[in-house]
Amino acid sequence: MNAVKRLMVEPAAIEEAAKLLYIRALKLLPDDIKQGFTRLDAGETGATAKSVLATMIENIRVAEKTENLLCQDTGIPIYNVLIGREVEVDGSALKAAIRRGVERATKEHPLRSSIVHPLTRANEQTSCGALVPVINIDFTERERELRLEMVPKGSGSENGSFLKMAIPADGVDAIKAFVVDRVIEAGGKVCPPTIVGVGVGGTSDLCMHLAKVAATRALGSVCADPQGAVLEKELSQAVNSLGIGPQGLGGDSTSFAVHVELAATHITMNPVAVNIQCHSARRASATFTPGGVEIGF
Amino acid sequence: MHHDLTPPITEAQARELKVGDTATLDGALYGIRDLSLIHMFDKGRRTRFDMKGHAVLHTAPNVRKVPGSNENPAGYASICVGTTTSARMERFTRPLMTREGVRLVIGKGGMGPATLAAFKELGGAYLAVIGGAAALETTWIEAIDDVDLDDLNPESLWKFRVKGFGPLLVAMDSHGGSVYDQVNKQAVDRRASALAAIGVKP
Ligand code: SF4
Repeated sequence: MNAVKRLMVEPAAIEEAAKLLYIRALKLLPDDIKQGFTRLDAGETGATAKSVLATMIENIRVAEKTENLLCQDTGIPIYNVLIGREVEVDGSALKAAIRRGVERATKEHPLRSSIVHPLTRANEQTSCGALVPVINIDFTERERELRLEMVPKGSGSENGSFLKMAIPADGVDAIKAFVVDRVIEAGGKVCPPTIVGVGVGGTSDLCMHLAKVAATRALGSVCADPQGAVLEKELSQAVNSLGIGPQGLGGDSTSFAVHVELAATHITMNPVAVNIQCHSARRASATFTPGGVEIGF
Repeated sequence: MHHDLTPPITEAQARELKVGDTATLDGALYGIRDLSLIHMFDKGRRTRFDMKGHAVLHTAPNVRKVPGSNENPAGYASICVGTTTSARMERFTRPLMTREGVRLVIGKGGMGPATLAAFKELGGAYLAVIGGAAALETTWIEAIDDVDLDDLNPESLWKFRVKGFGPLLVAMDSHGGSVYDQVNKQAVDRRASALAAIGVKP
């Protein structure tokens, strides 16, 4: 029994990774997003929209060259932790280590602390506060692996968040109309081109969470549910026929894609949630294995 | 038409800007946002800055504290300066214009009817910068010349010195023109056919 040696992950290593990932995510866009820009640019017909896309692409290059932040908004720091079956880690120490990593990134880089108390609006200058950084913990079948994903969620697009507890009699049509209407309402405020994250089903909180998972999924990934995958295609087509365009200044390139995630729901319910990801679709990850730590997106 | 502007500008200059034109800025540019505006207009605080005829930018930069010098007169070096969503600042455009004399608002995502009415009546314009392109925008900032209301950091009132800030798109003008209204109207008009194409019954 217990022939596999378990993977030990120390809090100090988590802290370093949490710090590194925050800064890295703010500076480097994943390849799938860069390819998304190339694809939109090739298909864009509007002159203003073309020049807006060109500026965004130029910005990615300047950020890389000057090692600067892509966007001034350091976002709300979110960490998604995926723990394998043969991993030994102190969960409580892991949460504290992530928090220290965020504080150190903020002080040592330095970064703008964008986090305030919701009532007093006081800023601790640490990018932390009650329940922030947001930490989501889940488990994976992969045995000796711990994955830490960091998403600095930009607020302009996070303010493009919506929930509707539709009813079964409204059917899938209500889901489709809700998504299209919220994309129209959000207009240029969410920094298009966007990834529109759509949560379908579940409870109200799970539905909203699924929308966030969908919004932060890599471009090119497809909903695991076949009906969800069809809905993604249809909604991508619909939102890109509205003419909102990059920055809401008009054009074909409103969204890179619409992503859908779903959960089963109750016989009386038909919830739909929208969470939008702006074009600064930043994320970074660290994967701990017995071979070491691999940094990626 | 392209406009090279070095504020302060006059009402007549502001009214020359038309939707679809482009503009580039040199000289002083004031950084404002949620908290600085709330303090100025809801909590009765005043600034020592003279913003008459000037442009404001909806921003809160990433900065580094440094010793004051000719290069960094305010004791801050800018790391990354970008633009935040303007719509949240809608109710402050009019008091910025009437009390502080501001002529130009630079932001992203556009503003609403109250701002458009203030521009029409008082003579002002909204210039769109590309949101999220902050690494590039930072290269247009020469220095942070001064800072006021710094207890609100990072939401202080910033005075930037800029060179070749742009090109910016004139997206709202003093003649009732708004690119955002045009785009929104078009999207609303297209809504029914977009939904019909994916099988939604009217
Ligand atoms: S919405 Fe995104 S791209 Fe736009 S300013 Fe915020 S973080 Fe940056």
